[in-house]
Amino acid sequence: MPEPKRPLPKPTPETRHFWEGTAAGELRLQRCDECRHVYFPPRPFCSKCASRKVSVFKASGRAKLYSYVINHRPVPPFTAPYAIAVVELAEGPRMMTNIVGCPQTPEALQLDMLLEVVFEQQTDEITLPFFKPAGA
Amino acid sequence: MKRKSIAVVGAAETTELGVIPNLSQIQLHADAALNAMADAGLKPSDIDGLATTPEWTPSLGNYLGITPTWVDGTMVGGCSFMLHVRHAAAAINEGLCSTVLITHGESGRSRVGVGAFVGNRASLEGQFEAPYGIMGPTTVFTIPVLRYMKTYGISEEQLAMVAVVQREWAAKNPRASMKDPITVDNVLKSRMIAYPFRLMMCCLVTDGGGALILTRAERAKDFPRPPVYILGTGEATESWMISQMEDFTTSKAFRVSGKKAFDEAGITHKDVDHLMIYDAFAHLPLYGLEDLGFCKPGDAAAFIWERNTAPGGKLPVNTNGGGLSYMHSGMYGMYALQESVRQMRGIAAAQVPGARISIAHGVGGMFAASGTIVFSNEGP
Repeated sequence: MPEPKRPLPKPTPETRHFWEGTAAGELRLQRCDECRHVYFPPRPFCSKCASRKVSVFKASGRAKLYSYVINHRPVPPFTAPYAIAVVELAEGPRMMTNIVGCPQTPEALQLDMLLEVVFEQQTDEITLPFFKPAGA
Repeated sequence: MKRKSIAVVGAAETTELGVIPNLSQIQLHADAALNAMADAGLKPSDIDGLATTPEWTPSLGNYLGITPTWVDGTMVGGCSFMLHVRHAAAAINEGLCSTVLITHGESGRSRVGVGAFVGNRASLEGQFEAPYGIMGPTTVFTIPVLRYMKTYGISEEQLAMVAVVQREWAAKNPRASMKDPITVDNVLKSRMIAYPFRLMMCCLVTDGGGALILTRAERAKDFPRPPVYILGTGEATESWMISQMEDFTTSKAFRVSGKKAFDEAGITHKDVDHLMIYDAFAHLPLYGLEDLGFCKPGDAAAFIWERNTAPGGKLPVNTNGGGLSYMHSGMYGMYALQESVRQMRGIAAAQVPGARISIAHGVGGMFAASGTIVFSNEGP
C-alpha cells in the first residue's frame, strides 16, 4: 500500500495562475482593474462588481491568524493533533491553510498573530502554500 | 408566501430512532413517509408533490408508488427540508400540486444503503480547503468559533453550557438518545475532538428519518390532526467554503433567511413562544439567537447561561434535546421541523404550555445555507 497523501488540488483553467504561482514561490491574488477590489479564490471576474477586467499580482505573503481548530481525530496522512487555520492576508482576502514551524497548541496559536507564507512542493504540478509565524 | 395559506396535516418520524441497523436509507425515508401518511389519513395515490434528500426524488417516488406532478430535490445540507417546506408552499399556492410529501431518512450511524462521498478535487473547495486536513463538519463547521469567542470574550464554560441545557430538555424526552444529566465540568472533561470542541459539544451520529405532508389551509380541517399553519418562510446561502464566510462571528445566511421569515410572518420576537435552532455543534444556538435577533451580538452565551432557553425559561429552545442530545442523522433539519409541529399540536414530550408560534431555524452545509420556517397553530 502506498502512503496516503493529502488530497491535492486539481487546477482548473481559472485557477491555474495560482498554482503556477505557488510552484514559482509566489502567492498570487487578483485585483479588479475597475473597483480595485482584491479577492480570492481565483475567478476571471471581480467578486464585488462582476467586472471581467481583472489582473493577477504577487501578494506580500504576510497574514494574520483569523481562526482555527486543532483536530484531534485521525486523518491520514496528517498527524493529530494538527491545526486547520483560516488566515487573513495583508491584502484582505482570507484562505484556509496549516500553520507550520510552531507547536499545534492553543498557547502557541494566538489569534491575530503575524504570519508569513511558505511553500512546500507536493508533486511536479502542485506546491501548497502554508503559513509560519512571522520572523520564525 | 401568503400567511397561513398552507398547513402541515401530516407529520411523523421513523418508528425507531437512534441505532437502526435493520433498515437501509431509502427504507428510513419510506418508514417516515408511511407514518406521516397514516397520521394524515392519506395513501400514496393522494400525494402529487414530492420533495426529498439525500435519496433521489425519482427513486423514492417509485419506491413509494407516487407519481408526482411537482418535485424538489434541493440539497443544501441539513436545512434542505426547511427549503422544501418553503418551495412546497409556493408550489401549492401556484397550483402545481395540492398535497406534498417531504421526506428525510439517513442511516448516519449504521451506514446501510448509503452512497460513498467522493470529493471533487477540481472544485474550489477541493483546491483550496481539502488539502489542509479537513474531514467533515467537526473540522470545518467549528473553525469560526475561536474568532467569535475572542470578539465577545466567550469562555469554553459558556460554550459547554449550551450542551448542558439541551441535555435537560432531552431528559424529558423518552425518544432522546442521551438523557442522563451532565454538567459543564463533564462537557469540558469529555474527549477533545477539534479544539475548542469536545465530544459533548458535538452532535450525535444516529439513524432515523421524518416526513411532513403539506396542503392548502382551507382543506386542513378535513384531516384527523389539528393543522399547523405556515406563517412565514425564509432561505439563503452564503458560501460552501468556510474560509470565504464574510464574518466568522455571524452567519449572513442566518440573518437573511431569518429576517425574510419574520417579515413574511409579520411577527416580532416577543410573539415567539418556542424556537428550534439546528445545533450540529454547541456554537450554533449562539449564532442562531443573535442572527435571528433574539439577542444582541455577543449576548447569547449569557442568555443561555442565565437559563432563558432552559426548561422554565422565557424562550424554550431545542426542546427535543437537539442534535446534541436527541438525535442527529446527518441532516437534522427535519427533526427540528418535527419538534416545532409537535409543539404546535400540543403533543411534544416537553410541551411548552400554550405555545402558539414556533420557529424552526436550520443550517446546512456547515454555514453554507439556511432555512427558517415560522409555524402557528391558530388558523387564518
